[in-house]
Amino acid sequence: MSNLPVAQLLVEADVAREAAALDATWRDKSGVWGWLCAVEQKTIARRYIITTFLMFLAGGMEAALMRLQLARPENALIGPDRYNQLFTVHGTTMMFLFAVPMMQAMGLYLVPLMVGARSIAFPRLNAFGYWNYVVGVVFLYVSLFINMGPDTGWTAYVPLSGPAYSPGHRVDVWAQVVTFTEISALCGAVNLIVTVFKMRAPGMSLNRIPVFVWAQLVVAFMIVFAMPAVATGSTLMLALDRAVNTHWFNPAEGGDALLWQHIFWFFGHPEVYIIFLPAIGMITPIVETFCRRAVFGYTAMVMANITTAFFAFGLWVHHMFATPIPELGQSLFTAASMVIAVPTGIQIFCWIATLWGGRPRLTVPMLFVLGFLFTFINGGITGVMLASVAFDKEAHDTFFVVAHLHYVLIGGGLMPLFGAFYFWFPKLTGRLLNTALGKLHFWLFVIGTNVTFFPMHILGLNGMPRRIYTYAETTGWGTLNMLATVGALTIALSVLVFLINAVRSWFSGEHAGDNPWDAAGLEWATTSPPPSYNFVHTPVVRSRHPLWETTVEQPVVTGLRSDRREILLTTTFDAQPDSRHVGPDGSIWPLYVALCMGLLFIGSIFSPYSVLAGIGISLIGLFFWGWQSTQDVEVERVALPDGRMVDRL
Amino acid sequence: MHSFFDPASPQARAVAGLWWWMFGVGMVIWFGVFAVAMYAARQPHGQRGPDDLEHVSPERHRRMERVVAGAVFATILILCAFLVYDFSIGSVLAMHPKRALTIDVVGHQWWWEITYEDPNPSKRVGTANEIHVPVGELVQFKLRAADVIHSIWAPNLGGKKDLIPGYVSTLWFKADTAGVYRGQCTEFCGMQHAQMAFYIVAEPPVKFAGWLAAGSIPNPPPTDSLLLHGRDVFMQRGCASCHSIGGTDARATVGPDLTHFKGRAAIAAGSLSNTRANLTRWIQNPSALKPGVRMPALELSPGEMNALVSYLETLK
Amino acid sequence: MSRVRALAVVLMLLASCEREDRRLDSREFTTRYATWSDSSKGPYDHNAHGTTEGQMLFEQMNCSGCHANGGGGMGPALMDDKWIYGSNPNEIFTSIASGRPNGMPAWKSRLNNEQIWRLVAYVRSLSGLTPKGDRPSREDHMMVKPSPYQTPKAKPVIVRSTFTPAGR
Repeated sequence: MSNLPVAQLLVEADVAREAAALDATWRDKSGVWGWLCAVEQKTIARRYIITTFLMFLAGGMEAALMRLQLARPENALIGPDRYNQLFTVHGTTMMFLFAVPMMQAMGLYLVPLMVGARSIAFPRLNAFGYWNYVVGVVFLYVSLFINMGPDTGWTAYVPLSGPAYSPGHRVDVWAQVVTFTEISALCGAVNLIVTVFKMRAPGMSLNRIPVFVWAQLVVAFMIVFAMPAVATGSTLMLALDRAVNTHWFNPAEGGDALLWQHIFWFFGHPEVYIIFLPAIGMITPIVETFCRRAVFGYTAMVMANITTAFFAFGLWVHHMFATPIPELGQSLFTAASMVIAVPTGIQIFCWIATLWGGRPRLTVPMLFVLGFLFTFINGGITGVMLASVAFDKEAHDTFFVVAHLHYVLIGGGLMPLFGAFYFWFPKLTGRLLNTALGKLHFWLFVIGTNVTFFPMHILGLNGMPRRIYTYAETTGWGTLNMLATVGALTIALSVLVFLINAVRSWFSGEHAGDNPWDAAGLEWATTSPPPSYNFVHTPVVRSRHPLWETTVEQPVVTGLRSDRREILLTTTFDAQPDSRHVGPDGSIWPLYVALCMGLLFIGSIFSPYSVLAGIGISLIGLFFWGWQSTQDVEVERVALPDGRMVDRL
Repeated sequence: MHSFFDPASPQARAVAGLWWWMFGVGMVIWFGVFAVAMYAARQPHGQRGPDDLEHVSPERHRRMERVVAGAVFATILILCAFLVYDFSIGSVLAMHPKRALTIDVVGHQWWWEITYEDPNPSKRVGTANEIHVPVGELVQFKLRAADVIHSIWAPNLGGKKDLIPGYVSTLWFKADTAGVYRGQCTEFCGMQHAQMAFYIVAEPPVKFAGWLAAGSIPNPPPTDSLLLHGRDVFMQRGCASCHSIGGTDARATVGPDLTHFKGRAAIAAGSLSNTRANLTRWIQNPSALKPGVRMPALELSPGEMNALVSYLETLK
Repeated sequence: MSRVRALAVVLMLLASCEREDRRLDSREFTTRYATWSDSSKGPYDHNAHGTTEGQMLFEQMNCSGCHANGGGGMGPALMDDKWIYGSNPNEIFTSIASGRPNGMPAWKSRLNNEQIWRLVAYVRSLSGLTPKGDRPSREDHMMVKPSPYQTPKAKPVIVRSTFTPAGR
């Protein structure tokens, strides 16, 4: 790659002066106004991570309250009204406000670093997505505290969530909170796709992209296809049914109550993989680093990711086996649901092969990988069981399914995520998390998870349906429920240990240095935490593991201007230098437009006219936003040394 | 009393068989894969190169590729076995009964309306929350929902079906062991989803036929003055605006049919056993026992309550 | 100024509390509302759940048999601005509980106070006399009338002349 025209060996350069100039260009402005205008990729991602983690804590507290209520039969701690709000907000929080945005936030932080980019493709859009998400978060939680929390489950099945059976505005809150998360997820997805396709460091051809980046790319495409489905369902159909009395879901007027389930699960099933794929993408760098070897079967893993994404859209009916859908149609979805176990199996086998041929060190992230294997495989197996129509008709909507989905999401989502926290915390903060507390956290968490959720399998098969706030003593469900509650409190304790560890380490942890694990990814090639411009010089990549290259010289790109936010764009397939792009600077308009959208969607609950008002004032903001973006752009065609013509700004 | 592990119908037995097979295979896979992973994580198997990285010889790499491919192939085989087994069970379960006793079940917030259809309207039997079925005969449920989606499932008898507004769905099974099987609504249906249970009473065909025949014959009108007073309370103090009792003027269909009320084992959709004390407590203030329930608390004097409960107790 | 704004926000939030409340203990409310003196609003007027339960009762008790979904038939229309016996909650409560001449039966022996107050809230919502956000939206039935949520507020007028049933 050293023959690239813009790449040259950096023999001697005034790195410090260059860095200072870059920092002056790229840093967000200080002060409150600067804070509100911030667009710097890592700043926004850091805010995302912290907010989504707060949402995880909130959702966890709701879960703990529910477990306390269910600990004993006929418990009078929480009544049905509050309980229904709690489980709905728990599900909504964990799926929409924690899992998806958290996985995206990790991507928004790490992907530009991993591909050697200065920033993300659309920083202002990114900021807009974040503010939008914050509006949704605030809206949901204010609603919950004023007794307006949604109460029909995170799936909001009509007609229960329709206008006739959910009076007031509780379900409207759910429908619009989903809207906010859809918008922010789409903003993140578009950003990640363009960043991965156009902003990779020279030389990082598609077959050299880190597996985590592949996972984020695949998931971004999944979001682009899945989110519009739920947007149609909730924001359009459900909200219209409720606000202006349309009849999408009213069978008496030609609507269809089952339609909602198709639309919801067409989004809802891919949603699971939107959470799961980035999480298992995090496993690969952890395993590589702590086994000190390249991952086994890179191509197979990437293909498995893509295959999973395709199949994920063909499984939704397995959430609806108990509905009157013809058996032949159902069996198709059984087959598809079983097939999707194959790509997941491939990835698991590849990791085991990597472990096998490597020199494993059982650090805390690696412990979480093993915890993932133990917990997730169980969830995967119950998943295959549930793919069977005959068995699903027994287990559907019981605690068996509750156990399954938590095994999958905690095992397949949360365990890798915690591993990733321990792995990348030094990159985020410059300090290491404490290992002893980390191990305590791990053991409490794994034991807590299994003690909580394993008994639920048995409870479900003994007839306990999900979403019940009480049960009679004669049902005999008391003992296992008590056990599950003890497990849930253990999980709470483990998360507390993690919090203490995180806060302590953030302020007084051991300094990490640039690359504490001697890992291979480009994100470790810069300081911890990285500067506002990520890299002084954009690196040039010559293999899948740039930092494990044995040659002394690491070629870099020079020639990008440091007095404005210049970014090197590269070609999609081979990552050949293509053109320059000038990134935007900080702006208040993303926040303004997000607030206007907030007014639009929240107001639409109370009056359709607020939609008009919201669109009107949003347009003003969008106008100024666009106006600011188009200033100072001059385009010039120049010839590269290899004879190709490129646009130069 | 109610468990998937204790099947009482050929249908449930078939699914339980499938489950135990899947459980066994699943356990082997779970612990097998994890054990291999642990073994792999325990000790290094690679060769350290001069770059301090682990390397695997091409020959060894190919061998590992074969092992991984073999594991993937085994996964596919196991899944195929699953699939074939599942389809064979599914095709057994999907066989429509040509002729079967058909029972109409309508899901309401938060109780089950049961009707045994008969071409002769006077022979039609209405009841609630308790379904009698003959042992050894195929029974078909015709399922409808009056308001929101409900779902019916008796773990011992197998099968689960949603009751969806605008759809009529069916569910069938053949109870082969006599007994009382509990089930409850499994699709979240609002405030009292938790207390929407039902019982399926599987009894010998002769006994069932007797029960069904008796079902369409109303109780004789009371003669005792206390019971007459009780009936008047029922008719005049609001009960009759929602409930019906065969053979009387009470014909409302808002709440459960009470013609043979005392013949049922439980009240309030399976929440309370059908005793005099529970019944009194229930009528006094239903929402204290089942918050959000649609049945109102009636302001009855102790005398009226006594008479009313006495009357209801006679509806055998 | 900021205090006023804070007060406005608190009031808004309280309003939503009342609207979203699910009053589940029937007994408690039956006794509490045995006497109700506020003539501007009934106990469930600002409560969406109570009003919707009233809508359900309206159907279950076959009120439509005479009032035809509020449009009127054997009995007077309830969606318009004309009121024979008054539009304030107490007057409607009395109309339902004790009945009126020309066919309106007395319901107090068949419904408890709580249910009657829920009906009052629904009847008032039919002509837009309760806050818009608290009125029921459409039902899962054939659309025979616009939902109370969509009905514009009709300023009540007392009509002294007696009602002539349709078809007479």
